[in-house]
Amino acid sequence: MDALVLHSPVLAVAIPLLAAFITPLIGRMNARARDTFVIASLVALEFVVIVLARDVWAHGIRVYTLGALSASLTIPETHMVPVRLILEVDGLGVLMALMSATVALAGAIYSIASIRPETGQDRFYTLLLLLTVGMMGIQLTGDLFNLFVFLEILSISGAALAAFRTRFVDAVEGGFKYLIVSTVAALLLLMAIALFYGQYNALNIAAISHAMQYTVLDKIALALLAAALLTKSGAVPSHWWVPDTYTPAPAGTSPIMYASSLTCLAALFRVVFSLYGVQMSLATVGWLIIMAGVLSMFVGVTMALRQTDIKRLMVYHVISQEGYMLLGVGVGLAVLGDPQAVAAYGREAIAGGLFHVINNAFFKGLLLLTGEALLFRLGTRDLNKMGGMGRNMKWTCAFFLIGALAISGVPPFNGFSSKLMIYEASYHLNPMLTIIALIVSVMTLASFTKVFQSAFTGPPLPEYRDVREVPLSMKIGMGILATATVVISLFPSQVVNGIVYPAADALIDQAGYVSAVMGGG
Amino acid sequence: MTSKIVRTTAQFVTPAVLLYGLYLIIHGHVSSGGGFQGGAVFASSAALLVVAFGSERVSSLLQEHRLVAISCSGALMFIGLAFAGMGTTFFFNLFAGSPLFGNVPAYGPNPEDIWTGGTVPLMNIAVALNVVAGLSAIVLAMALATVKRGDDK
Amino acid sequence: MSLILQNMPFLAVAALICVSLYIMMTQRNLIKIVMGVTIFQSAVNLFLVALGYRSDGVAPVFTSGPVELMVLPVPQALTLTSIVIGVSTTALMLSLIILIYRHTGETDAEKSRRVKG
Repeated sequence: MDALVLHSPVLAVAIPLLAAFITPLIGRMNARARDTFVIASLVALEFVVIVLARDVWAHGIRVYTLGALSASLTIPETHMVPVRLILEVDGLGVLMALMSATVALAGAIYSIASIRPETGQDRFYTLLLLLTVGMMGIQLTGDLFNLFVFLEILSISGAALAAFRTRFVDAVEGGFKYLIVSTVAALLLLMAIALFYGQYNALNIAAISHAMQYTVLDKIALALLAAALLTKSGAVPSHWWVPDTYTPAPAGTSPIMYASSLTCLAALFRVVFSLYGVQMSLATVGWLIIMAGVLSMFVGVTMALRQTDIKRLMVYHVISQEGYMLLGVGVGLAVLGDPQAVAAYGREAIAGGLFHVINNAFFKGLLLLTGEALLFRLGTRDLNKMGGMGRNMKWTCAFFLIGALAISGVPPFNGFSSKLMIYEASYHLNPMLTIIALIVSVMTLASFTKVFQSAFTGPPLPEYRDVREVPLSMKIGMGILATATVVISLFPSQVVNGIVYPAADALIDQAGYVSAVMGGG
Repeated sequence: MTSKIVRTTAQFVTPAVLLYGLYLIIHGHVSSGGGFQGGAVFASSAALLVVAFGSERVSSLLQEHRLVAISCSGALMFIGLAFAGMGTTFFFNLFAGSPLFGNVPAYGPNPEDIWTGGTVPLMNIAVALNVVAGLSAIVLAMALATVKRGDDK
Repeated sequence: MSLILQNMPFLAVAALICVSLYIMMTQRNLIKIVMGVTIFQSAVNLFLVALGYRSDGVAPVFTSGPVELMVLPVPQALTLTSIVIGVSTTALMLSLIILIYRHTGETDAEKSRRVKG
């Protein structure tokens, strides 16, 4: 067991990678064996991530040096800087890894039924596992160039998955847009890495942070990094690719692609907090992130109100909810230099933003899966053509209710808990932010009331009289996310104190992050 | 263009290209080259064959399911070599010092000793398998896509 | 003047980035947009290799022997990784353009749009 704990950071990346390349070989022989193998490997991934999480919560940051004589030998004897690739797992990495492992498992189980009518299923599962590899790599790495490589793996797999159903022209168009945007964003990230390497001769985040003097080139690199990672997560003003890409994605992969956007958001937080920290002008960068958050909230929900396509409506809410996360963490960033403010409301703001990340992955993923369930049975996504499905599809209706109440911030669901933390904390910084957030929450509730009324209530339409419930694997997939939502809703303080506050503290404690690699090996 | 001159020239040039690609792959750890570089040169011969003989003849030889199998086995060899050092850490160079590829290279200009580098030449070969199969599949898929339907929509 | 000559690779990088941004923003043919992205990738690769140069350094091959000064080898490894990623993304982009052409019969970015709002 000790060996498992020691090697768990790299196993969390290597297990889905190994599974991704074994899947086509198994798939050539037997399709059911391949499905079982994919689910088994994702369950193994979840187990490794839970082991890693318990170790990090108990003992602090875990470091893994690839290829060294011992896993914690970050700086070799004859050197003074780290030279190998180092994976550095702290509270934030563990939070995101738990979220993405669970979402990947739920999405893969859902996909067993929904991808069955398509051809090329081997490649679908390979791409799904590679997307998981990309997410795990970004969350657990401590090296900037490694982050770039895993970001590109995530982008290419995501674009290929978005365009997977090539017989629909909007799928191909969405995948193409996503690929162009991702490639340009990743190239901006690579330029920033080149600027760092040219100045400090280091690629490790902790090493660069240790050596950094905040020169003009570092300011340019900050601008490039923020632009690249905000584009990849889908914040305003580069939100326009999100609806076109996530709407036609195949059914089980929508929550996983949403988790990949959240991963890029977490990478932004990692860069801004652990790489730069208190040296940069906190007010400017913090308010920029707050402004991006407020604009995303507002633009997302207003564009969602006029949609008639159920899944496109939900994808616009993706943009809006990401605005809440940016608002929460931006408030925490803006007051990072003032220890009193941090203790009073800054830490709570960051914790609210991160709690909203994990809540959103579960209830928004659940909503996306219910939208796809309606498409699977009814053959249409148009709200004007649906009606009265509450009688025929009881499980889907129940899951939709759980997700819709959670996203609108209705107590006692988990959306209410995280939004309350964000409201309270942002009120101290500027009351206007809280007012805008409350208005957006009301508009979210209005939007989902419209969807519930159009799709599930009302008189049953004659052409849908024989529609049955979705198959079992889809129910299990949605059930996993719904169970996670309900569990977090019932025990919010345990989840916040056990999972979220360690992550917020890991972000605030830049010195601890640096000394885990630099200060003594 | 499948004229007689192009076909004959391709038959002469292709072995030279393949040999050059193999040289780059095997010598990746002592001089310039490596898995991707040599694999890309090796796969350019597939593009040459497509131009010379037409994509349908080449695709009946390089069938897609075989290319997928070769690509996956190359990737699995790479990850397997990385896992083999798991007794110490992931990606540990366990062949350094052993008889297989374990010599230490000498300084100064010398005839390059291939038996150095540990797991690096084996990983070069694994990456080259993956790259050859992948790039050939890409070239063939694009060539077939522009031939199968012609210009009709 | 010697300042310009010393920094010539970086000026070339800036010129290439300006050209690629102009292409990506103004051209309407999808294949030309992909060409613009490829030029941007080449510019960033050039930037990576150029910042590793040391005056009077030799190529960083181990059998060049113990020598005074070698060019930095790490940016060359980073550039190689970037080239490989560039090949994969360009191949995927061109395949998606083939599919768009098959569906809509157009390679113009405005005329082949099917999704609005």
